[in-house]
Amino acid sequence: MSLTALAFYLFASITVFSGFMVIASKNPVHSVLFLILAFFNASGLFLLLGAEFLAMLLIIIYVGAVAVLFLFVVMMLDINYTEMREGFLQYLPIGALIGLIVLVELIMVVGVWQVAPEIIGTPAVAAAPDLTNTEALGAVLYTQYIYAFQAAGIVLLIAMIGAIVLTLRTREGVKRQNISQQNRRTPQTAIEIKKVKVGEGL
Amino acid sequence: MVEWLAGLYGGTDAAWFFSIITWILVIVAPLLVGVAFAVYADRKIWAAMQLRRGPNVVGPFGLLQSFADGLKLFIKETIVPAGANKGIFILAPMLTFVLALIGWAVIPWGEGAVLADINVGIFYIFAISSLGVYGIIMAGWASNSRYAFLGGLRSAAQMVSYEVSMGFVLVTVISYAGSPSLSELVHMQSGGIWNWNFLWFFPMFVIFLISAMAETNRPPFDLPEAEAELVAGYQVEYSSMAFALFWLGEYGNILLMCALSSVLFFGGWYAPIPALDFIPGPLWMIAKICFFFFIFAWVKATVPRYRYDQLMRLGWKVFLPVSLAAVVFYTGWGVAFGYIGK
Repeated sequence: MSLTALAFYLFASITVFSGFMVIASKNPVHSVLFLILAFFNASGLFLLLGAEFLAMLLIIIYVGAVAVLFLFVVMMLDINYTEMREGFLQYLPIGALIGLIVLVELIMVVGVWQVAPEIIGTPAVAAAPDLTNTEALGAVLYTQYIYAFQAAGIVLLIAMIGAIVLTLRTREGVKRQNISQQNRRTPQTAIEIKKVKVGEGL
Repeated sequence: MVEWLAGLYGGTDAAWFFSIITWILVIVAPLLVGVAFAVYADRKIWAAMQLRRGPNVVGPFGLLQSFADGLKLFIKETIVPAGANKGIFILAPMLTFVLALIGWAVIPWGEGAVLADINVGIFYIFAISSLGVYGIIMAGWASNSRYAFLGGLRSAAQMVSYEVSMGFVLVTVISYAGSPSLSELVHMQSGGIWNWNFLWFFPMFVIFLISAMAETNRPPFDLPEAEAELVAGYQVEYSSMAFALFWLGEYGNILLMCALSSVLFFGGWYAPIPALDFIPGPLWMIAKICFFFFIFAWVKATVPRYRYDQLMRLGWKVFLPVSLAAVVFYTGWGVAFGYIGK
């Protein structure tokens, strides 16, 4: 078995295992950490496919930023574990239903449903031989798919504004720091020098 | 580098494997010794700036102080607090240490002298440094202590904030280099000190250096371990080798950031004057890393610690808009005058 195959089975089995542990572990912080492990190994699988740019983006964005915030929120939750377990059976039927639907869909995709069999195996865009992944992605992302790219940007902008609007509250009586005002202060405006005679106060 | 040694070993799969292992040892062993001396240098510089003597007892000029400290930590008992989450508690320092080491895989030491010359080198380093937050946040949570938890939370917020402006600095520089490969970034700066990036990207260089300090939790941004208010932040429950691993990881990360600064802005393995290029590249790299480390130590000795809200203000309200504007300005300038996309 070559090193690549060995690496594939390692990454794939850890991804599946940690994906299972995300839903199976009792402690929500463990769940998030297993989710991070799953992301990490998925990016290893991307690397094996030769998509090194996507692999690095997956780590930078999902592991480095999104999952940190997940962990941040989950760590600060005060959760009663036994209480959380109680609701388990209540949600079991609907969970099982969704799982069943996804399973049937997967079987349909893999098994019978084929629109055009000859398309499978031919890449969408013929790859230029002397182009790296990053250049190839950039070349189509900002030309051919510019509208989709801009639309994604607008969705993110709206989400950001929404988050700010939801959490913004103006509080009365809060002392605010005015940095430029502080920087403009000089000894003349800030302190007053007085000569004090011996034996007398001010 | 790897190919050459693998060829020497016989060229099979196993030869490749052992060639990589050999080069990892060649990089990591001097690095760990370098970390020990970096700690010593840090303490000496710090002492000199405060008119103290610093470590001067163990060995000549106190040179062996770090090794004595390491030995002391090594023979102590590892204490795991009763309320701690044991697995994560032990995993956190290991993670910090490993992440500090694996970033060095892509640092080029000379023409072709690099363990893995991958074409997304800069993204790789960026990914590794963004993972560094997990060691701290896991340690803070698993310790089950107020101080450690506060330190972990501060660290998470701080590192995520400064990563953003750091990313924009990297985008600017790689758009001029035309490739995110670290070797390409160095090639772009060949031909003497006037071609080095820090002259042409001076504002970005300053932002990068300050963000690097924030990213490595170095003073004046050492809020996660602020000893006056949080005792030692996320490390408060750690003892023995677990503590030493945090220490090694922290300094490994600082040296990595120094190496990255020299690759990005100080011409990597090139000499400041082309006539001096007969001196081997790795020596120039080491000299530049030492230079940046001195700057880090200098800042540590002279600048007081930031307050938390001021830290957030600097990251989000100053660096983010400035670096974003600089990306637009630099790339626009480059496209308009034909520096980009040659």
